[in-house]
Amino acid sequence: MPAARVIARLDVKGPNLVKGIHLEGLRVMGDPQQFARRYYAEGADEILYVDIVASLYGRNNILEVVRRTAEAVFVPMTVAGGLRSVADVRDALRSGADKVAINTAAVARPELIREVSEAFGSQCMVLSIQTKKIGPDRWEAYTDNGRERTALDALDWARRGVELGAGELLITSVDREGTQKGMDLEFLRKVTALVDVPVIAGGGAGTPEHACRAITEAGADAVAVASMLHYGKHTVGEIKARLAQADVPVRSSA
Amino acid sequence: MSARRPVVPRPVVIVDYGRGNLWSVCQAVAAVGGEPRLSAEPAEVRAAEQLVLPGVGAFGDAMAGLRARGLDEAVRAFAATGRPLLGVCLGMQLLLEASSEFGHHPGLGLIAGRVDRLPAPAAGARQKIPNVGWCRLEPAAGGAPWAESLFAAVKPGDFAYFVHSYAAHPADPRHRLAEIDFGGAPVAAAITAGPITGCQFHPEKSGEVGLAILRAFVARA
Repeated sequence: MPAARVIARLDVKGPNLVKGIHLEGLRVMGDPQQFARRYYAEGADEILYVDIVASLYGRNNILEVVRRTAEAVFVPMTVAGGLRSVADVRDALRSGADKVAINTAAVARPELIREVSEAFGSQCMVLSIQTKKIGPDRWEAYTDNGRERTALDALDWARRGVELGAGELLITSVDREGTQKGMDLEFLRKVTALVDVPVIAGGGAGTPEHACRAITEAGADAVAVASMLHYGKHTVGEIKARLAQADVPVRSSA
Repeated sequence: MSARRPVVPRPVVIVDYGRGNLWSVCQAVAAVGGEPRLSAEPAEVRAAEQLVLPGVGAFGDAMAGLRARGLDEAVRAFAATGRPLLGVCLGMQLLLEASSEFGHHPGLGLIAGRVDRLPAPAAGARQKIPNVGWCRLEPAAGGAPWAESLFAAVKPGDFAYFVHSYAAHPADPRHRLAEIDFGGAPVAAAITAGPITGCQFHPEKSGEVGLAILRAFVARA
């Protein structure tokens, strides 16, 4: 099986890398490209760009950031935020992205998942699901950075998304996001047992140990990490070292 | 190891037949000292010093895209000159004679052999189709040695980034350059025949390992 992946997630607002807590309360961190280059050099297996204001066609749009990043970053890139149509996805792929992650537009019109996977292959179509625990064994899917409820059961939505053609799931726990207190292993265990596509665990990893547990204890194929990298608390290399220690195959850093 | 950049960038023609994202390939070629030129012109392809044949999507559709532009004959004519040719991902599969993807489709026939679906993973295995992700490159048993190839700077066990559901089966085992272990089955990761090389993985997305392969390609006279 392919190596477990450590994905550096960069939330972008206009020209800036930002980071918040519970996907709110933003703090400007700097030039996203500089961060992307650093994480690439440290051995990140993938870069995930999230346009948190979904300004696909505004000034300083996310695709321009992706295009310039592709000049010096030679690992797969995923773009999320504001993609609404097959044409939007095509533009993202032409800008150097390899995959897109879609949440809001897929909730609004689930057929988009099928359209994107048929046009570009299921490996391009990552379904992004933001989860909030709403009761024992119950999670609801959210959109708009955890602000909007969907009334969809997150597990049902995950299964339906895969049936429609999603080739990968990006799970972000709204409860844990930005807290650095650990990932939602309970939900991750359920979703990885339910679907047979790769699952990216996101939200809440504050230490390499947290990231490792999402893979070793909850069956995730990849972890998306942000805060602990951006604040310089830990490096991609430290996360990989922890995974290797747990006998998880990882790509050795370049 | 040929890490030195040529003083004058070498023009590298990248065949543009409307199938896939070429921005990243261009950036990677530029990063290792090449001068990428996208072209859909058969005359330009024939006259290229070095040629990259990229591609994503389905085999039959890609061949149709090449034929519609007269590029299938142009790539064959280029290959006949003995100048360096690199096929990437689906572009590697197109180098072979035929594929069973969605029917039977003839390929460019530059390397004897065929393309078939990845072997079905055993029940409960964690191998999946499509095979997406970072896999270890290993020399192919009885295959082409790495020392004289584009893999001269690659170490066995280095990782490369794959996205594929089909795999190449060169008829001559000596044309196998590198393999991955796909659930116990060796699957072609790279093939080579003289100045022609094909990579199933994406060198432009495989970090420094991929760049080392592209650097060796660009440095080939």
